[in-house]
Amino acid sequence: MADHGHGPPQGITRWLTTTNHKDIGTMYLVFSLVMFLVGGLMALGIRAELFQPGLQLVNPAFFNQLTTMHALVMVFGAVMPATVGLANWMIPLQIGAADMALPRMNLFSFWLLAVAFVLLLSTFLMPGGAPASGWTLYPPLVLQTGEAFPMAIFSIHLMGASSIMGAINVIVTIVNMRAPGMTLMKLPLFSWAWLITAYLLIAVMPVFAGGVTMLLTDYFFHTSFFNAAGGGDPVLYQHVFWFFGHPEVYIMILPAFGIVSEIIPTFSRKPIFGYEAMVYAIASIAFLSFIVWAHHMFTVGMPLAGQMFFMLATMLIAVPTGVKIFNWTTTMWRGSLSFEPPMLFALAFLFLFTIGGFSGLMMAIVPSDFQYHDTYFIVAHFHYVLVPGAVFAIMAAVYYWLPKWTGHMYDMALAKWHFWLTAIFVNVLFFPQHFLGLAGMPRRIPDYATQFTDWNMVSSIGAFGFGLSQLVFVWVIVKCARGGERATAEVWDWPHGLEWTVPSPAPYHTFEKAPEVR
Amino acid sequence: MSKLPILSGALAALAGVPARADWDLLNMPVGASELSQEIYGTHMLMLWICVIIAVITFGAMIVAMVRFRKSKGAVADQTLLHNARLEATWTIIPVLILIGMAIPAVESLIKIEDTSGSGLTIKVTGYQWQWHYEYLGSGVSFFSRLARTSDLARQKGSGIDPRSVENYLLEVDKPLVVPTGIKIRMLLTANDVIHAWWVPDFGMKRDAVPGFINEMWISVDADKPGTYRGQCAELCGADHGFMPIVVVAKPKAEFDAWLKQQQAAATPVVAAVPE
Repeated sequence: MADHGHGPPQGITRWLTTTNHKDIGTMYLVFSLVMFLVGGLMALGIRAELFQPGLQLVNPAFFNQLTTMHALVMVFGAVMPATVGLANWMIPLQIGAADMALPRMNLFSFWLLAVAFVLLLSTFLMPGGAPASGWTLYPPLVLQTGEAFPMAIFSIHLMGASSIMGAINVIVTIVNMRAPGMTLMKLPLFSWAWLITAYLLIAVMPVFAGGVTMLLTDYFFHTSFFNAAGGGDPVLYQHVFWFFGHPEVYIMILPAFGIVSEIIPTFSRKPIFGYEAMVYAIASIAFLSFIVWAHHMFTVGMPLAGQMFFMLATMLIAVPTGVKIFNWTTTMWRGSLSFEPPMLFALAFLFLFTIGGFSGLMMAIVPSDFQYHDTYFIVAHFHYVLVPGAVFAIMAAVYYWLPKWTGHMYDMALAKWHFWLTAIFVNVLFFPQHFLGLAGMPRRIPDYATQFTDWNMVSSIGAFGFGLSQLVFVWVIVKCARGGERATAEVWDWPHGLEWTVPSPAPYHTFEKAPEVR
Repeated sequence: MSKLPILSGALAALAGVPARADWDLLNMPVGASELSQEIYGTHMLMLWICVIIAVITFGAMIVAMVRFRKSKGAVADQTLLHNARLEATWTIIPVLILIGMAIPAVESLIKIEDTSGSGLTIKVTGYQWQWHYEYLGSGVSFFSRLARTSDLARQKGSGIDPRSVENYLLEVDKPLVVPTGIKIRMLLTANDVIHAWWVPDFGMKRDAVPGFINEMWISVDADKPGTYRGQCAELCGADHGFMPIVVVAKPKAEFDAWLKQQQAAATPVVAAVPE
């Protein structure tokens, strides 16, 4: 704690009134962990029902609520807030700033998010239940939602407002508050990735807000944006949604790229290979994310020219993504590698995200996508890029920076147990879903034909193994927060970046006098 | 590929044996139509290209992880930071591979989207939760919904073991009947929410959007008459998982006889529109 009396107020007031980036970062991360467990419970409900054919536990309507809410909670409640939490904690430390540029707005955006989720989760208790139309909220189906409909839309508006404020804060901070000498091309890659992510957020969140607002007016005021009988078009919604939705998936993965770009050099004990190329690759991916949205909707009946454009543009994404994978691999080349928990998760990311990349490339090919679309093949694909992709990177980040946050080393042996259990079960869980999808099992069904039984059982066993393994993660974090071996300022053998120049735990106020960057 | 999941299910059903769960269901069916076989070929080509790239990249990662371990005394080479030639190579080679992948994909896409020259047009309408089929120009139309046996078994707490039900969830009261060996144009629409019509053995899937008409074409090889099964593929509400598609493909002469018989039996609900 700071010696000169600028410590935080005690008790609950600290968390309600704090404008400190570290406190807000902690709140975001804790919130995200809670939502990860809540969304995980929903997933376990889904996998329990799918353990064998026939309906044993839930009715189909509730099953659809579970799939919808699982996705909304994991995307908007777990992954995005986790990366925002990391941004809050680490961007000021990485760029040598005393805090985020807009601290009050920072706190406001956190509490908006918390309120949004109280509202969203409360829809389970409303007449008609929670939204059940899939997280994409496609009309006309979404218009069959009960009392929950306006609540769900309003909570999305709140989440959107919260994300936009968070993004503005990141941009203003990075653009204005870098330490003297830290030019943009010296910016650590995590901060770079977040800067670009923030622009994506500002660009697409309002589009999503517009789309769902049109749903709201179609529902209550009988406008016909998406109603063919009134001259509208249900497919228009899909275009609007995916214009948001595709950049959204990069909003989840670009910070992960940034994290992995921090961790692999540390545990290879040499700087990242091709720093400039890494920056340009992130920027290219961000640009391409705006012109590929319709690859989520190849079966809606688009003109041939449209299908070709979106196929070719989508395939192009493989190029900058490939550059990143090759550069990470070359960073390890002729390095001096050690395998602490952050590195283990980063390496698992490298392998498993790449598998998700391959299935993504296969799905870009329109003729084959006519078979893959809306099957478990795509469920496998996006879980490979989101779980061993984004979520593993977030776990890697937690294991990388946790000693800096708490001032204690965590239990390495327990963390390695967490890694191996997680890495094995995630494959037991998701790999068989490739087979199910190719063999013809559609997604979002509560019950299935008997020939799909075996692989569904395997997948469900993987799900429970994966879910239970996360309790180890919680235990490691709790144990580390409560105490443990003192961490040094550097923490790791080969620290690089300003965050390792401040003591561990990072004092409540850091860089009140900006450091000099050469 | 003798293990076509749905075809083998159909054969098993013909033999009076319920379809079994199967560990061998790992890949896309080759299918029974020109398009499904072409799509299967594209899929396998892409899969093998990905496997080859995976072997190379994963191989490099594994070599790095084994050779450059600190515990084996590896010392980091702080000078390996840039290599313009290397970086250009791994940008350009993927572009060339992608071009190689795109050419066959574009060719088959053009073929898939060409619905001209069809010998029969069937209008498919999706409802919550059943399908309606109309043989345009013939006055024959009917609904097709989940078979009673499956519907009873799938109720929560029914006490009926799904494994005891023949073609559980993949059986309907009245299947769509199509002729083999000709190109069939499908017009797809929906009455309430968006559905998607998909039979894996025909390779194609397309959304049925209320207020709009989509088209696609299917065919069944002349030498592959039989029963083919699929499901709605777009989330359409509570019973999305319970609106299967069953298609019986018959040789042209048998199909014509079937259609005549249907016409005789039918009191057309909708006036036939001549094509």
